[in-house]
This record gives sequence, structure tokens and C-alpha cells, in this order.
Amino acid sequence: MRHMTRFLSVLAAAVLAVLPLATLAQDGPLRIEITEGVIEPLPFAVPNFVAENTAAADMSQQLTRVVAQDLMGTGLFREIPPDAHIARITSFSSPVQYADWKAINAQALITGAVSVGAGGALTVKFRLYDVFSGQEMGSGLQFNGTTSGWRRMAHKVADAVYSRITGEGPYFDSRVVYVAETGPKDNRRKRLAIMDYDGANVQYLTDSSSIVLAPRFSPTGDRVLYTSYETGFPRIYVLDVASVGRRVLETGSGSMSFAPRFSPNGQTIVYSLTDGGNTDIYSMDITSGRSTRLTSAPSIETAPSFSPDGSRIVFESDRSGSQQLYIMPATGGEATRISFGQGRYGTPVWSPRGDLIAFTKQSKGRFHIGVMRTDGGEERLLTASFLDEGPTWSPNGRVIMFTRETQGAQGASSLYSVDISGRNLKQVRTEGAASDPSWSPLQN
Amino acid sequence: MKHLTRAALIVSALALAACSQNERFGENGMMGQNNGAQAGIQPGTANDPASPLYFQSSVGDRVLFAVDQSTLSDEARMVLNGQAQWLGTNTDYNAVIEGHADEQGTREYNLALGARRANAVREYLITQGVAAGRLQTVTFGKERPIEICSDEACYSKNRRAVTVLKSGLSG
Repeated sequence: MRHMTRFLSVLAAAVLAVLPLATLAQDGPLRIEITEGVIEPLPFAVPNFVAENTAAADMSQQLTRVVAQDLMGTGLFREIPPDAHIARITSFSSPVQYADWKAINAQALITGAVSVGAGGALTVKFRLYDVFSGQEMGSGLQFNGTTSGWRRMAHKVADAVYSRITGEGPYFDSRVVYVAETGPKDNRRKRLAIMDYDGANVQYLTDSSSIVLAPRFSPTGDRVLYTSYETGFPRIYVLDVASVGRRVLETGSGSMSFAPRFSPNGQTIVYSLTDGGNTDIYSMDITSGRSTRLTSAPSIETAPSFSPDGSRIVFESDRSGSQQLYIMPATGGEATRISFGQGRYGTPVWSPRGDLIAFTKQSKGRFHIGVMRTDGGEERLLTASFLDEGPTWSPNGRVIMFTRETQGAQGASSLYSVDISGRNLKQVRTEGAASDPSWSPLQN
Repeated sequence: MKHLTRAALIVSALALAACSQNERFGENGMMGQNNGAQAGIQPGTANDPASPLYFQSSVGDRVLFAVDQSTLSDEARMVLNGQAQWLGTNTDYNAVIEGHADEQGTREYNLALGARRANAVREYLITQGVAAGRLQTVTFGKERPIEICSDEACYSKNRRAVTVLKSGLSG
């Protein structure tokens, strides 16, 4: 695992040096390069958003906190606490006193205003300032919504700030569908649940009367594929998130099917079907229900995942004698092996940016989440534990969430996330034990 | 002390197995064990050679596998010979063969591995004369361990295929 470090300290020093030359200030914009890793988080200040009417007083404070938590949760930013602030922001439109924010070493300043109107209408405005160059970064934005969706509005503000400073796509305004677990190891109860990416707003989608496994979002986040034992046998279901209605997919002759995933256009699914003890990969047109066999080997072929352009599928197979990763055309055909390191490789997932494949690796009794290029090069292991498995990508392809299970009779699963740089490993807050996360695309 | 512990383990394992079965198949379940008992076989008589309890405890309802393998050991074949014989005599029963894996593997792979194991048992029972139509398979991967420690002592018992009887009368 490589921890490369290049940081703003270089840029910041340059900015400081050229401060008297206002025209050059733009040569050193506020910027974090995530791919290069970060040695020190960027200090920012986010004074409580101005409540533009009394109805907005509480919500403006809560909303400001969520913005701060989103940014700090990335590990790339550090908040300068409000009690250290010198300046007070009492009006969204007043000019910013840069000297007061420089004095506390805030490199970024986020100001905002919140108003609550009739019928729970919520308006949130924000501006982002590059304190040391003394100018606004991008223009102010306004979001309109309702008070019930206030957390999403906070995520949208934080997403805009994150994107402007890192140059990366946003990801805070997203959800995660996962398996909520209760009960002891030999009588685990599992049900599908959905939550915001940060663990808020949990909603249960199924009861725990049947085992449910490995939910996967559709590319628009409106549907979820998953495996359930409702019939006593593993079968694939598709669930509509809004109505929570579900239907079984008729996957053909075998009685067992699992490991489903949508194609990028949402029209096709790929999955595994077991027939006569042999597991192969199939695809199905979700409208017509017509299925096509993509692999035909006596070995185990499972865990298929599409490339973002829909042209290829990465999957795992033990045709070489142990679990390894392969890529084949989306229509089937010759597969190319891409994993060659020591150990076993499974559950490959193509990055939404197309550049990397995340996987689970088993080696010397330990489990790892790792990434490699699509040609198998530059393998990097990001985690190590008794049992890590099942990576899922954030919408911007910069963070990976996965299942970590602890060892022993009291062992339990929880969700973790880690940057693709290997930094910022942390547990994701859930109401109880949790496994098999699937990260949604960015919400509209 | 040792004996006590072992006895306690066996009792609790049986209790657990019973538990998970009831729960798995529920009240309207496909499993005929309880229904079968009510339909004529005296309940609680493991000595009755025609009872599912006898099948579980005396014939042996499960076989174990080596790590990442689905080949049947000589010991497993012995057990399955007994199962085939029992099924040949007790034609009121069909069976669902459940394949399981230990926790040392990824979820999807273990599902496929459990299916391989269940199928190995099914194929063998067929060669021993059980009609193919009486035998279904299902995989539970690593979802239903019977032993919960994270050591080989438990893993070796979890890498199993269990022949679960169901009343042929209903299906």
C-alpha cells in the first residue's frame, strides 16, 4: 500500500508568499488532490448559517453541523471550532472580513443562510471563500426543498464545497442499501435496509422472515436487486424503493440464483445461476425476462459486475484452481484473467470512473479490500482484518464501503469505509449489525 | 469434565439444529418433520427406524467436507450409503440436501461452494438407487453455521451437507 503525500502546504506557502500581489493569487487556488493523499486536513470554518427567519433558527444550526460533519468525515478537512472564530457572520450578504479568518488559519470559509417558509418550504444558500487568496470560490448557490429533506440540503452544500476544493465529483447526497442483522451467529436474522450515506434516515425494506443477501442499487437508485430465501431457495428479487413492492425474477431452469447486478443502463442484469451443482453467469433483459448464458464451465463463475460503459464484465472464477478475477465481453466469450498475486480474489466491482476494480482478497488467513487497474496492474490492499469483504464504490469512485466481520462466537458485522488511497478507514454508523452495503448513485 | 462438556455441546447442537429447522420452514413450511410425526409416526421415538429422528441420529443426516472441497470422503460415503438405504425403505419421504460452507470465504463463492457440496451428495445418493426426483438441493453458503467459533474445530462441522427429510405426501 502506498501513501503518497502531496498537499496544500506547498500551494498554501506559495499563496502566502504572493499575497501582496493580488493578481497572482489565482495561481494558487484552494485545492486538495485526493489521489496524491493528504498529510494534513485542510482547516475550514463554517459559522452557523444565518437563520433568515425565526422558524429557521434550529434548522440552520443542525444543517450547519451536517455540512461540517460531511467534510470532516472525508478526513481531508478539519473544522476550526466556532468558539475560536473572531468574526461573526450575521448577514449572508455582508462582505467577509478575510483578516479575521486568516488570523485563525481558516483556509476555507463557508457561509450560509437558511429560511423556512410556509408549508415547510426550506431555502438554503451558501458561499465558499478562499481565505488566503481573499476571494470567493465559485459563485454562491441556493437550494430549495422542504424541511423534511433538510439533511439532503446540507449534503448538497457539503458536496458543492467538496467538489470545488478537490475537483472530484460529489458523493454526500447518496444512500446505501444494506442488510441489517440481528441475533446470534447461528440464528442470524437479516432484512434489507436503506439509509443516507452517513447512517441517518434508516428505513427497513423487508422483514426478517427469510434470509436476504447482497442488495444492489439500480443505476438510478430507484430499484434494488437482492437475493432472498422466501421460497426456501436463493432467488433474485427486484424491489422498487419508493413503493417497497417486489417481484421474483424468473431466472430459468436452475432452482438457485444469486449475485445479481444491474447494467449501467438499468436494462440488463447479470447474475449467477446454479444448475446441477455448477454455477455460471447469465444475463437477463429485465423487461422481456429473456436470459442468456455468458459462461459455460464446470468451475464456479460468480460475482459479475459491469464496466461503466456496459461493454465488459468483471467476475470471479475458480477455473484455475482458486478464486481469481477475469474480464469478459458483456455478451460472453473469451475471458482474460487479471489477478495474479498470492491468495484468492473475489467480489470484483468496477469503479464508476472505470479506472479501477475493487475486490476482496484472501491471503494467509486474512481478508483484504483492495483495488487494481482493470488490466490487473498496481494492486493495492487498502484494509486487513479477520474478515473484510464485498466492496461498493461511492458515486465519485473515491471511497469504498465494505463489510467487516469480527472473529469468534460473538462475531458481528458492521460497515466500514476507506479512501482509495487507503486512508480514513472508519466504521459507518448503523442502528445495529450490518453487512453487504451497496452505494447508490448521487441523488437528483 | 470433558465428557460433560461434550455432552452439553451435543445437546446444544441438537437443540440449535431443531431451532433453526423450525424457524427455517416455519408453520407452513415445506419440512415434514413435525407434520410427518403427526401424520402417523410416533413423536420422539428415535428408536423407531422409520422415524426422521432415527434418520438424524442413527443413520446420520450429514456429511463433512475438507476446506474448499466438495469431494466425498470414505466416511461420508458410508453415511450416504445408510441414507440411501433408509430412503429406499421409507419412500414416504423426499429430501432437500442443504450445502453449507464455513465463514472463511466470500458470500457468493460460498453459495456456489455449498451448491457443489449439496450436489455431490445428491449425485451419490442417485448412484445408490434413490430416485433423482426425490432429491432437491439448496445452498446456504456461510449463512447458517451450526458452530459459531472462528476455529477449525467449528469450521470443520460447518463445511457440511445435511439431508433434510420432507414428507413426500405433500409434494
